[in-house]
Amino acid sequence: MEKPVITTPLPGGTLKQPRLPRWAPAGLAVLSAAVGVGIGLAADLASRVQWGLIAALFYIVATHVLATVVEGKRQAKDRLVTSLVWVSFLVAVIPLASLIWETIVRGVKVLDVYFLTHSMNGVITLQPGGGIYHAIIGTVEQVGLATLIAAPIGLLTAIYLVEYGTGRLAKAVTFFVDVMTGIPSIVAGLFILSFWIIVLDFGYSGFAGAMALAILMMPIVVRSTEEMLKLVPNELREASLALGVPKWRTILKVVLPTAIGGITTGVMLAVARIAGESAPILLLVFGSQAINGNPFEGAQSSLPYYIYEQWANGNEASYDRAWAAALVLIAFVMILNLVARGIARWKAPKTGR
Amino acid sequence: MAKRIDVSGLTAYYGSHKAIEDISMSIEPRSVTAFIGPSGCGKSTFLRTLNRMHEVTPGGRVEGKVMLDNEDLYASGVDPVSVRRTIGMVFQRPNPFPTMSIYDNVAAGLRLNGSYKKSELDDVVEKSLKGANLWNEVKDRLNRPGSGLSGGQQQRLCIARAIAVEPKVLLMDEPCSALDPISTLAIEDLIGELKEQFTIVIVTHNMQQAARVSDRTAFFNLAAIGQPGKLVEIDDTERIFSNPSVQATEDYISGRFG
Amino acid sequence: MDIAPTASVPPPKAPPGNSATRPGDRIFLGLSKGSGITLLVIMAAIAVFLTWRAVVAIAHNEGNFLTTFEWNPNANPPVFGIAVLAYGTIVSSIIAMVLAVPVAVGIALFISHYAPRRLAAPLGYVVDLLAAVPSIIYGLWGALFLVPHLTGLYQWLDDYLGWTGVFAYDGGAARSLFTAGILLAIMILPIVTNVSREVFKQSPKMHEEAALALGATRWEVVRMAVLPFGRSGVISASMLGLGRALGETMAVATVLSPSFLINVSLLNPGGGTFAQNIAAGFKEAGDLGRDALIASGLVLFVITLLVNGAARLIIARRKEYSGANA
Repeated sequence: MEKPVITTPLPGGTLKQPRLPRWAPAGLAVLSAAVGVGIGLAADLASRVQWGLIAALFYIVATHVLATVVEGKRQAKDRLVTSLVWVSFLVAVIPLASLIWETIVRGVKVLDVYFLTHSMNGVITLQPGGGIYHAIIGTVEQVGLATLIAAPIGLLTAIYLVEYGTGRLAKAVTFFVDVMTGIPSIVAGLFILSFWIIVLDFGYSGFAGAMALAILMMPIVVRSTEEMLKLVPNELREASLALGVPKWRTILKVVLPTAIGGITTGVMLAVARIAGESAPILLLVFGSQAINGNPFEGAQSSLPYYIYEQWANGNEASYDRAWAAALVLIAFVMILNLVARGIARWKAPKTGR
Repeated sequence: MAKRIDVSGLTAYYGSHKAIEDISMSIEPRSVTAFIGPSGCGKSTFLRTLNRMHEVTPGGRVEGKVMLDNEDLYASGVDPVSVRRTIGMVFQRPNPFPTMSIYDNVAAGLRLNGSYKKSELDDVVEKSLKGANLWNEVKDRLNRPGSGLSGGQQQRLCIARAIAVEPKVLLMDEPCSALDPISTLAIEDLIGELKEQFTIVIVTHNMQQAARVSDRTAFFNLAAIGQPGKLVEIDDTERIFSNPSVQATEDYISGRFG
Repeated sequence: MDIAPTASVPPPKAPPGNSATRPGDRIFLGLSKGSGITLLVIMAAIAVFLTWRAVVAIAHNEGNFLTTFEWNPNANPPVFGIAVLAYGTIVSSIIAMVLAVPVAVGIALFISHYAPRRLAAPLGYVVDLLAAVPSIIYGLWGALFLVPHLTGLYQWLDDYLGWTGVFAYDGGAARSLFTAGILLAIMILPIVTNVSREVFKQSPKMHEEAALALGATRWEVVRMAVLPFGRSGVISASMLGLGRALGETMAVATVLSPSFLINVSLLNPGGGTFAQNIAAGFKEAGDLGRDALIASGLVLFVITLLVNGAARLIIARRKEYSGANA
C-alpha cells in the first residue's frame, strides 16, 4: 500500500493563540452603548431607535476589527457572528419587552373589580367608566362553544389518522389538516359569513363566531393529538390486544389515558390561540355594548374585539379601557399556556426516550 | 511529528459529579495505547479530556495537567480550537457531514484553516483517503455524498477526514463498536499502519481488539456506580493480558466481571 | 392479527375491514372516520362558498377585479379591484420577512448554541409564551406605542435614503406599509424563532462534535453542522411566518392609514392589505360590498394556500436528497 506522506504545511505550530481577554465583549458593549448615547446626544437624534442602531453597529464593527488584529481572521469571523447573534437577540427583545411592559403599565390604570364586573352599556365612550363583563361572557361562551365543536372532531380525526388511517382517505385528511392550519382567521370568518349569514340568512351571533373559531381550532387539536398518540408505545397496544381486548376499548382504556396529558395540553394551547382571535368576531358576532348571555341570538362582544373597538374610538378614556382589556386577555392566555405546559410536564408519557 | 502526552493529576467533572479522578499516565508517540474497562469507568471521558472535547458537554470541567510534549493543553491562553486541530478524534458512530460529498468531507478540516489551491486540496484528499485505505473504493465517486457509503467505509472516511489536517495525535472512541466484523478488521489493520505516523489512543470495549492492536493498555475501573472512575494500571499490552500486576485487572481480563 | 416482533415507532395499522368486526369497533371507527370526513367537507365548503359569493360579486363588478385601483362596490355602477390590496399585502409581508427571518434565525441560534446555558431554557420558554400573545394586542401596541416612536427613524431614513423615493417621508403619523411590515415582523418573530430553534436543537450532536474535533470555531460548527441540517426547518418556519403575515388582520388594520393608491414611498401612509381592507370595510359594506370582500378573501385564501404548498414542497424535496442519514 502507498504510504501517505503529507507535505502541505499547516499554519499554527503552537497551541497558544493570542486571544482577547474574557472581559473584552462586555467592555466593548459598554463602550458601544456610550458611543451610541454620545453620538445621539451630540447630533441631537430624536429617536432612541437610532441611538441603539448606532451602538449596535459600533459594537459589531469594533469587535470585528479588534479580533482581526489580535486573534486573526477565523476568530474574528467567529466573534462577528457571535456579536451579530447577540445584537439580533437584543434587537428582538426590546420591542417584545416593551409590548409586555406597556400593556402592564397602561393596563393597570383602570383595571379593578368594577371594570371586570360591568359592561359598556350606557357608557359614553369619551368618558371613563364601563368595563369588560359583557366581553368576558362573550369570549367564554364563544370559545367554549368552539371547543365543544372542535375538540371532539379534532380528537376523533387524530385517532382515525393514528390508529386506523391507511389509504387515500387518511392521506387526504392529513393533507387538508395541513392546509387548514394555514387558513387566515379572517378567511374562516368570511366562510361562515357567506355560509351562515348570507346564504342561510341567520343573524349575527356568538355561535356564528364560535363556528369560525372551531375551524381555526380543529387542525391545531388534530396535530397535537396526533403527535401525542404517536408517542404511545406500541407495546401497550399490543399487550392490550393480546389480552383479547377489542380495539376500540384498547384505544379508550389504554391509548387515550396514556396520552391524555399531552392531549389536554394541546387542546388548552388551541383554546389560548383562538381566545385571542378578533377578526372572525368582527365579521360574525358584530360587537355589542350590553351583556348578552345568549350566544345563539343577537350580537355579543369578546375581549379581543373589545380591544379593537375601544382602540377605534380614538380617545384617552377608551385607550385606557383597551389597555386594561389587553392586560386581562394576555393574563388569560398566559395562564392557559402556563397551566397547559405544566400539565404536559407533569403528565408526560414516560417512554424510554 | 507525533507527540507524546503526559497526564498528571487529572480529574474531570460533569457538573458536580466527579467522572474520573486523579489520573496520571504517559502516552508514547508512534504507538497505540488502548483504554479498557467496564462501562461507566470514565475511559471515554478521559479520552475526551485529551483534546478538550470534554468541556463541550454541558457542565463538563477538568482539573489537572495534560502536557503535549512541553505544552499544557489546559494552560491559560491555550485555544481549545487549536488543541483540537492538533489532536484529532474519531467517534463511536461514523459521523461524516451528511450534506457534504466525500471529497468535501475530507477537505473540511483544511478549508477551515485557510484557503488552499484546488490542486493542493486534491493532493491532500487523495493522500488522506489512501492513508485511510479508502481511496480505491471511492476514487470514482468523490463527489457523491459521504452518507451513501457503508458503515465501515464511513468510519474510514472519518479517519481520512481526521488525518487530513495532520494531527499529532489521533484519539479513537470505540471506533469499531458500530461496525461489522469485516469492517472492524479493516479499521484494525489501518490502525496498525497509522501508528507509524501518529500517536494513537483508542478506547475499546473489546479486549481482543485491545490485545490485537495496541502496544500499551490502560485499565480503568470504578469502585461502585456513582463513584469516579480511576486508572488501575497501564503497562505493555502483553503484560496486561498475561501477567497484570493488579488483581482487578486480571479479574476483568479473564471475564470474572465487567 | 400479525404483531411485529420489534417495537417500531409508528403504531400498528390494522388492515381495513379487520378491525370493525364488533359493534363497538364499528361504531368507533365510524365516528372517527366521520370526523375525518367532516374536516374534508368543511374544507370543500370553504372553497365552494367563497367561490360562489366571489362569482356573484365579480359578475356585478364594472371594473377589472384584478387591476382596478378602486374599491367602491356600493357605488352605481359598482367598481372594485384588488390591485392595491395585493400590492400592499405582498409588500408588507416581504418587509416583515426581510426584517424578521434573519433576526429570528439569530435568536434561535442564540438560544440553541450561544446563550449561557442557564439563560437558554427560560428564554426558550419566554419566546414560547410570546408566540401566544394575541395579534390584537400587537395591534394596540403598534398603534399607540410603535407608530409615535417611528417618526424619528423615518425622518432619518428620509434624510439619507429619501433620494431613492422608496424611503421618502413627508412627515405626519408613521402609519404606512413599512410600519405594518415592522409590526408584522415583530409579530411573527416568536413563531419563526420557535420553529427554527426546535430544528437547531435537534441538529445531531455527532456532527457538531465532528466539526469541533477538526478544530472548528463555534461559528464554523454552526456553519458546517447546524445550518445545513436546519435549512429546511428555517424555510418552513419562515413560510409559516409568511402565512401569518399575509393573513394578519387586526395588527395591520390598527397601524395603517389605508388608501386606494400605490405609493412609491413605503414610509408615507397609504396602501392596504386584503385582511385589513376586509376588517375596515366590513361594517359599511352593503350586500354586494360583503360579497366583494369575500371575493378578495378568496384571493387571500388562494395565496396562503400557494405559500403553504410551496413550503411543503421545499421540505419534501429537501428530505429526498439529505438521505436517511439525517
